[in-house]
Amino acid sequence: MAAQMELYDIAVIGGGNAALCAAMTAAEAGAKVLILETAPKPYRGGNSRHTRNFRCMHTGPLGPLVEEYSEDEYLSDLLKVTGGKTDERLARLAIRTSEDCLPWMEEHGVRFQPSLSGTLSLARTNAFFMGGGKSLVNAYYRTAAGLGVDVRYEAAVTHLELNGDQIEWVDFTYAGQEHRVSPKAVIVASGGFQADTDWLTRAWGEPAKNFLIRGTPYNRGVVLADLLDQGIERVGDPTQCHAVAIDGRAPKFDGGIVTRLDCVPFSIVVNKEAERFYDEGEDVWPKRYAIWGRLVAAQPDQVGYVIIDSKSLNLFMPSVFPPLKAGTLEELAALMGLSPDKLTATVTEFNAACGDTGGFHPTELDGVATSDLSPPKSNWARPITEPPFYGYLLRTGVTFTYLGLKVDDTAQCSTASGKIKNLWAAGETMAGSILGQGYLAGFGMTIGTVFGRIAGREAAAYAS
Amino acid sequence: MQADLIQEARRQAEICNACRYCEGYCSVFPSLNAERAFSDGAITQLANLCHNCRGCYYACQYTAPHEFDLNLPKALAEVRRDSWESFAWPQPLARRFHTHGGAIALALMIGFALLFWAVRVIGSSGGEGFYAVLSHNAMVAIFAPAFVLPLFSIFLSLRRYWVKVGGKPLQVADVTAAFKRAGQMQDLAAGHGEGCNFEDEDRFSQARRHTHQTIMYGFLLCFASTSIATVLHYGFGMHAPYGLWSLPKLFGISGGVLLTVGCGTMVYLKQKSDRDLGDPAAWGGDIGFILLLGFVGLSGLVLYVLGSSALMPALLAIHLGSVLTFFLLTPYTKMAHGFYRLAALVRDAQRKRGM
Repeated sequence: MAAQMELYDIAVIGGGNAALCAAMTAAEAGAKVLILETAPKPYRGGNSRHTRNFRCMHTGPLGPLVEEYSEDEYLSDLLKVTGGKTDERLARLAIRTSEDCLPWMEEHGVRFQPSLSGTLSLARTNAFFMGGGKSLVNAYYRTAAGLGVDVRYEAAVTHLELNGDQIEWVDFTYAGQEHRVSPKAVIVASGGFQADTDWLTRAWGEPAKNFLIRGTPYNRGVVLADLLDQGIERVGDPTQCHAVAIDGRAPKFDGGIVTRLDCVPFSIVVNKEAERFYDEGEDVWPKRYAIWGRLVAAQPDQVGYVIIDSKSLNLFMPSVFPPLKAGTLEELAALMGLSPDKLTATVTEFNAACGDTGGFHPTELDGVATSDLSPPKSNWARPITEPPFYGYLLRTGVTFTYLGLKVDDTAQCSTASGKIKNLWAAGETMAGSILGQGYLAGFGMTIGTVFGRIAGREAAAYAS
Repeated sequence: MQADLIQEARRQAEICNACRYCEGYCSVFPSLNAERAFSDGAITQLANLCHNCRGCYYACQYTAPHEFDLNLPKALAEVRRDSWESFAWPQPLARRFHTHGGAIALALMIGFALLFWAVRVIGSSGGEGFYAVLSHNAMVAIFAPAFVLPLFSIFLSLRRYWVKVGGKPLQVADVTAAFKRAGQMQDLAAGHGEGCNFEDEDRFSQARRHTHQTIMYGFLLCFASTSIATVLHYGFGMHAPYGLWSLPKLFGISGGVLLTVGCGTMVYLKQKSDRDLGDPAAWGGDIGFILLLGFVGLSGLVLYVLGSSALMPALLAIHLGSVLTFFLLTPYTKMAHGFYRLAALVRDAQRKRGM
């Protein structure tokens, strides 16, 4: 194998969307490409297997997308969620290029479908993959194979040897053996470090041990750490990750989309002391979705308890695990391990603060608020009175980390002394170069596709 | 019906309902997403809507080794077969053939034997061609009940199905919609029309869809051939044998070729597919059924080619024996699926109208 390994022009580290876009682009430019995917085949694709759409600029109807979505509107949507922590030049590059990407994706096997039920608000901005991200990943692996790209699964890269301004070789383990490959160019597309709980705990502190990881267990940041240790330029706050509140009964890793809970606006949320801690009716998706991960992380044991009554049960998307159900609040408290007296007192106080609920409207900010309650509930505040009562557990679910490799507009990496002439990065591992906080649905796939293609193009040009 | 099979399908459907990524593939998911809790009837309906195209399996991020262990095509295939067995009438025959290819082979032998016996004992009192071997009246006496009884049995089964899934009174528009979907086999095309995932893992291919339609239209042509011949016989006094350019022959030969080629191809495709994405217990019964159907077509063609040779009487008995077996087993083999699929599609058309 060692002898064969010499023949590769380009090694792509990682096996998700960005890696595949880079590999296909480079192979189409004539390069001989090897993909080193650390996951076994059933789990190939990193976090891309959990994605569902691609946010895409378009000047007119395009594929499944209706009307138009301009560069400026897209950028303004991004700036709203990142609070200005955005590299506008790279963001505009990603946004502008996204329009070309959609037909390119179709040419490479991706199929789109109309906006999924419950996501009509995204029909103009986000193109949904038929079958979701794993079907995209499958299509790309098929196309890549047709282009002669070789793939090694369960190939865990351990080290990239940086010598001056170039990567000399890549070390990895495969089938129980150490291997070394010396391609002309390397593309790193192996995600963040969120699946390394120790690293996450060092960054966040002890609470991170109770966090759930929404995506792949294989994004352990091994390559990222190796490169940062060797002085590759970094970007993004190392203590930050994007987190949302998800079903507390979700698996530690890989729970994905189904673990979301959309019930918070119609509920009260208490901590383990059975006390409310934040305005459940503050805002609609996606803002609400993004802040509750942090809110729950700040509570004792990093857990929250959602309480609703029967009149609200059918107002939100069904949950993957059925809710806890009880005829009385005391019984529900017992099921959840909360103090029945305290929970009843909290609910009684909340109910007393509710006013006229005639204007209740589940899909818009209805102004049906509590009065003289702290914290208030400023929308959808209806008393919790009608049995049976239902409860869900909330925990913090980490989607991705912001710390990554800093790249320029050709996706190239550098050290303090200048560019590394044969190292490029794409996808989550360099997404911090573009957004420093927050998240915009479907933008991760945009970054991965745009910069994956750029990295593939640049690396192939260098290698030829 | 078996509670454990339904419960497993329900567990999986609840996970699907929280995901919805597969919504664009087929009729199952829009129907699934319209529910919040899944009654036994709802699961039975989903099971019969599912055409086992496997698109959702290969697209699913929650298949094994993930702890959610989703395999919806398999879960629904098991419920589907169980529903056919549970609704079948009479019950003593219900659970013999779906899971036992050998039982189908045995039934075929009995079919042969019955026809050889009929030829020998009843025979013919004159007549041309095949009727010189077995009289027309004898054929009618055997095949009229062999055709009507299974239809009656299917009718009873479908009525049970209709009650179970909460079907409403039929409207022409619902039936039309169902026939349109079945006629093009849209549920084996995936939402993008590129076919299903069958013989080569996640690759989309029209092979199975086109093969299925080859079999279906081959069967319908053969059926049309017999129907036309019946009309000619009784309506116009035109008796068999018919010439090559007659309607019964043209339909029969083209249908026989499609049936033979289609069934052979289907067995080949099935051999290449992953058995664990269907109902593994029904493997033998399904293969046995396809071979039986293909044999009906092939023996008919051979009978046509060698119709004027000394082998004809034996070939006639063999062909008619296979036809007899095929008809009698219709309610208890994979052949029943066509009726249930149509019923499920009709019910789904009603659901889309808000019924």
